[in-house]
Amino acid sequence: MNLGRRRPTGLRGRLVITFVLVAVTASALVAGIGYQLVRRALLDRVETGAVVDVRDVLQRISLPIGTSDLLWPTDAVVTESDLNTLAESLGGPDRQVILRYGEQERLSTGTTFGLDDVPADLRKQASGRMVRQRMLIRDEPWLLIGTQVHRLTRTGAVRPTGMTIFVFVSLKEEDGVLARLRTALAQASGITLAIALTVALVSARSVLLPVRRLGDAARALGAGHLDTRLPVHGRDELAGLTATFNDTASALEQTVSELRALEAMSRRFVADVSHELRTPLTAMTAVTDMLTEEAEHLPPDAGKAVELVVREINRLRILVENLIEASRLDSGAAVLTRENVDVGVALADCLEIRGWTGRVRLDVPRGLSFSLDPRRFDVIVANLMGNALHHGAPPVTVTARILRSGLEVNVRDRGKGIPLHALPHVFERFYKVGAGRARSEGSGLGLAIAKANAELHGGTIRGELCDPGTRFTVWIPHP
Amino acid sequence: MRVAGILLVEDDPSVRTGLELALTRQGHSVTAYATGEEALDHVRARRPEIVILDVMLPGIDGVEVCRRIRRLDSLPIILLTARGDDLDMVVGLEAGADDYVVKPVEPRVLDARIRAVLRRLESASADRISFGDLVVDRGALKVTLANREIHLTPTELRLLLELVRHPGQVLNRRYLLRAVWDHNHVADSRLVDACVQRIRAKIEPVPAEPVFIHTVRGFGYRFSPP
Repeated sequence: MNLGRRRPTGLRGRLVITFVLVAVTASALVAGIGYQLVRRALLDRVETGAVVDVRDVLQRISLPIGTSDLLWPTDAVVTESDLNTLAESLGGPDRQVILRYGEQERLSTGTTFGLDDVPADLRKQASGRMVRQRMLIRDEPWLLIGTQVHRLTRTGAVRPTGMTIFVFVSLKEEDGVLARLRTALAQASGITLAIALTVALVSARSVLLPVRRLGDAARALGAGHLDTRLPVHGRDELAGLTATFNDTASALEQTVSELRALEAMSRRFVADVSHELRTPLTAMTAVTDMLTEEAEHLPPDAGKAVELVVREINRLRILVENLIEASRLDSGAAVLTRENVDVGVALADCLEIRGWTGRVRLDVPRGLSFSLDPRRFDVIVANLMGNALHHGAPPVTVTARILRSGLEVNVRDRGKGIPLHALPHVFERFYKVGAGRARSEGSGLGLAIAKANAELHGGTIRGELCDPGTRFTVWIPHP
Repeated sequence: MRVAGILLVEDDPSVRTGLELALTRQGHSVTAYATGEEALDHVRARRPEIVILDVMLPGIDGVEVCRRIRRLDSLPIILLTARGDDLDMVVGLEAGADDYVVKPVEPRVLDARIRAVLRRLESASADRISFGDLVVDRGALKVTLANREIHLTPTELRLLLELVRHPGQVLNRRYLLRAVWDHNHVADSRLVDACVQRIRAKIEPVPAEPVFIHTVRGFGYRFSPP
């Protein structure tokens, strides 16, 4: 049970809370009603018994109380001892009696209460009829019975005698019984709560286990394990849900595999086309130098035509080389061969063989050595520096440094910068910045290939706008 | 311009014609064949100075042709490989090719590679160095192991001499590529690796546990005789 960590609004929490709430409410209701019934019956019995007792005693008294027209002779006088006897006969171990007759007031033995303890309105009501009331006096429960003694006259009329009696009946014993009952009921409720909680947790677990399995399976599906399936048990809603999940996963797997097959087919098509284009291109490339040399001796128009053909053959060659390279990277056939390379030297070499030395400022510490695939690194930085030179504006600066996480190379130009909306797309294939730029010198694959090569190293390339110009940052982690 | 007798093996007629034209124009004397069988016959009949060999050939492929030529001769072989077919290239280098170019190749690049492979070794220092059983004669350009002559291709010999010239020193692949192959930038270092493997197969008692040429992981190679 871990309600603290999981929010109680979770399915598990809600299930447990609901279950416990229902169980506790039901048990509280039963206990409450039972308690009230018992209490009422108990108190009623005590009350009725006490009232009957008092009435019995009073009916049996034969004291000459009341006025002269009552049954008793006028000369008869109530003695103090008569009153005391009456008070004692009304009293008892758990009772206290206050007897009042005219100016006389008698208390039974052990009585600690006085008339002040009798509420005024009760005193008033007691003169007319027999009243009773449960009350707390000095923190103890008492039943107070009060009445004026009435007598029949000779004529049969009922007359008050002027004698008022208040009997305090202690309810302490009953209170004790009720307190024990309350304790027992509270304990029973506690046990009920514990049982309810246990049952709730167990049932929540049994309900939620399939839900959790479904959750795990959905996560696995999301992580690309499209063959994830769940066994279907029973015929309940969860079983239905599980079956639906399985169907959905199957459909998804099929769709994805179809898409993958289609994609693989199109990639293979591109790769095949590129390979097929290579043979005629090889033949054409072999003779371009010859054609260029011969163009001088041709009439001007023909010479221009030859130049055009040669130029376009070179473009086509770069495009096909890049397409083949991209296909290789796609197919996962590309292999990384890392070795320790002097980064500064590699960058200088890259510039030298492309004739860019002097056009790019290298700011690399001497002897900066890093383990990378030199050929792929060359492709990455050649693309970035080529872009900076062709599309940006000088000065183009390249810096490199070793971070704790790996190697970082920055290529920065001071041109107009790539439009902000285009920046996220520059690594996409054949993405051209600005629709107006119909043809660029590149193949449209350079940055995509550079990115794939960086990723093959486990690294990244990102571009950001700097005022002025653009900065591309290559990061290659340590092997 | 020195004229080399080149044997070109390429099955595609256009590529064959194109390369023949370009190489002839650069001053080489070219004999071209469409199949490996014809080329092997030619090598047996009349030894060319260098063989340029397409890997993808009908019948016996370029790698097999390379292997068969190596059994007879240590003449330089350059492979014409297709980009993306790394495996072909590696297998070809292991079969004994000295260098490779990737199609479509610019004639200038091919010419430079041919010249690099054909570059004569300067036998100025007429000295013999012996490392136990291994004797390297830099004057006669001969290597003997336990008095038996080891046949090395010119490229293998150049690489071995380069390593021997710096005993105990680690030479990185970039340096070796420049010194031996004239590759002017970080091309494929597998060229070096394959060539070292071939030399080891010829001079090391147990090629898998070399005692002469040691690999320094991530850096390059070191010649340190026992």
